[in-house]
Amino acid sequence: MSEGFIELDNATLCYARSETPAVVDISLTVPSGGSVALVGPSGCGKSSVLRLIAGLETATGGRVTVGGAAPGASRGAVGVAFQKSTMLDWRTVLDNVLLPLEVVSGPTGFRARRAEYRQRALALLERLGLGEYAHRYPWEMSGGMQQRASLCRALIHEPDLLLLDEPFAALDAFTREDLWGLVQSIWRERRPTTVLVTHDLREAVYLADTVYVFSKGPGRIVHREDIALPRPRTVEGTFDADFVEYVQRLRGHIVEVRETVETRNTEEPAHG
Amino acid sequence: MADWMLNRRVLPWLVTLGAFLMWEGVVRTFQIKTFILPAPSLVATTLVAQWEPILQHSLQTLMTTLVGLALAIGFGVLLGLAVGASEKIYAGLYPLMVAFNSIPKVALVPILVIWFGIGTVPAILTAFLISFFPIVVNIATGLATVEPELNDLMRSLGANRLTVLRKVGLPRTLPYFFAALKVAVTLAFVGSVISETVAANAGVGYMMMVAGSRFEVPLVFAGLVVVGAMGIVLYQAFEWLERRLTFWAVRG
Repeated sequence: MSEGFIELDNATLCYARSETPAVVDISLTVPSGGSVALVGPSGCGKSSVLRLIAGLETATGGRVTVGGAAPGASRGAVGVAFQKSTMLDWRTVLDNVLLPLEVVSGPTGFRARRAEYRQRALALLERLGLGEYAHRYPWEMSGGMQQRASLCRALIHEPDLLLLDEPFAALDAFTREDLWGLVQSIWRERRPTTVLVTHDLREAVYLADTVYVFSKGPGRIVHREDIALPRPRTVEGTFDADFVEYVQRLRGHIVEVRETVETRNTEEPAHG
Repeated sequence: MADWMLNRRVLPWLVTLGAFLMWEGVVRTFQIKTFILPAPSLVATTLVAQWEPILQHSLQTLMTTLVGLALAIGFGVLLGLAVGASEKIYAGLYPLMVAFNSIPKVALVPILVIWFGIGTVPAILTAFLISFFPIVVNIATGLATVEPELNDLMRSLGANRLTVLRKVGLPRTLPYFFAALKVAVTLAFVGSVISETVAANAGVGYMMMVAGSRFEVPLVFAGLVVVGAMGIVLYQAFEWLERRLTFWAVRG
């Protein structure tokens, strides 16, 4: 595949109930197995781009393709994790993680391979440090643990596309850094094409090959930064001069975006 | 004994016993006449002495109530799913349902009698009509309040609407369903007994009506006690089921 796995070509999204579009003229390409991060002020439409790629919304203008087809066309090709872990409280952690396999292989297909799938889920839970929680319920775990389980659920069906919508935003700094390391190592192993939406510039630089900076909504891409840091990246490395320089540069772009907005729109303070 | 054991097992009996004792005391102290307010001891002896007809009428009432409730569950769940799943159905149907629920069901009994005659059918239908509304409302609320992220998750996996309903909608709605059921079961008794009081030839309501017209007031009160007891038993049964099936919603 010489072309990008994800291709957005002047994509615009305007929600049915809103007059102003959420995002305008988004063009970006993510190569197969690549990792990009979308950053920008709150309400800039980063998540809307993610929804376009996931096939949850259809572009009202321009074109979006994933793997050469319309997004969401092939079943089970996407793994998603949100800021809220959105665990199903009535299922054990293991059964939560098995959910995508149930949906993707259908009832009969799932029953036929149940033992194999369970093994796979248990191994993945073990890998993310949740081995002993497999048979507990999500609400018995801390937020960080739930987010780990949510990552397991996003990865269990080995999707080609991994979409992360601020999955670590509600976690404490140390847990967050642990999970960066985990996501990076799994990404390096399986190479799902990854799109990360985040407020955290260190997180973006740590995890992504390319970072896109969005303007305040309606969102446009105002800057693209290729991160030429060697992998694997480490938490210690985030304090190195070249890493900090990337973060500073991205920060500069976001500050600029926020200032142009706040002169225009003073009643809603931007944060992030 | 642990505190919760005391609360759950002993307190209900103590309070009930205390209430009966107070009632007995009031009747004896003020020498209230039996045809105005019989003492609970007299109600108890009546229950024992006339256990055969009381049992027969109680079983009839239990049957009409349970059949009515079953209809309400079946119909209420289906309608609740429709109302909760579709904004169009919600918008179109809700005002009509609210209007219908505001009608006192006792006013419908004569109409039911014209259609179906005196007897079991009006009692079943009254129990059904009075108890289905809370089920509809709760099922609809449960479905409508599913977190949007859960729907997004399922849709991103390529799940169709039926799968989303089965894997997320229904289990998520279960606590709401049980909340409704506990209201519905007590309402269903109200419905069946009202209907029996107005137009029937069997059931506790009918028994109380006849006993009242003969000034057999202790028997009237025996009927009330029996209905109350059946209500408690069914309520407890549903609560037991609820604890087993929706423990995850209570979280300890």
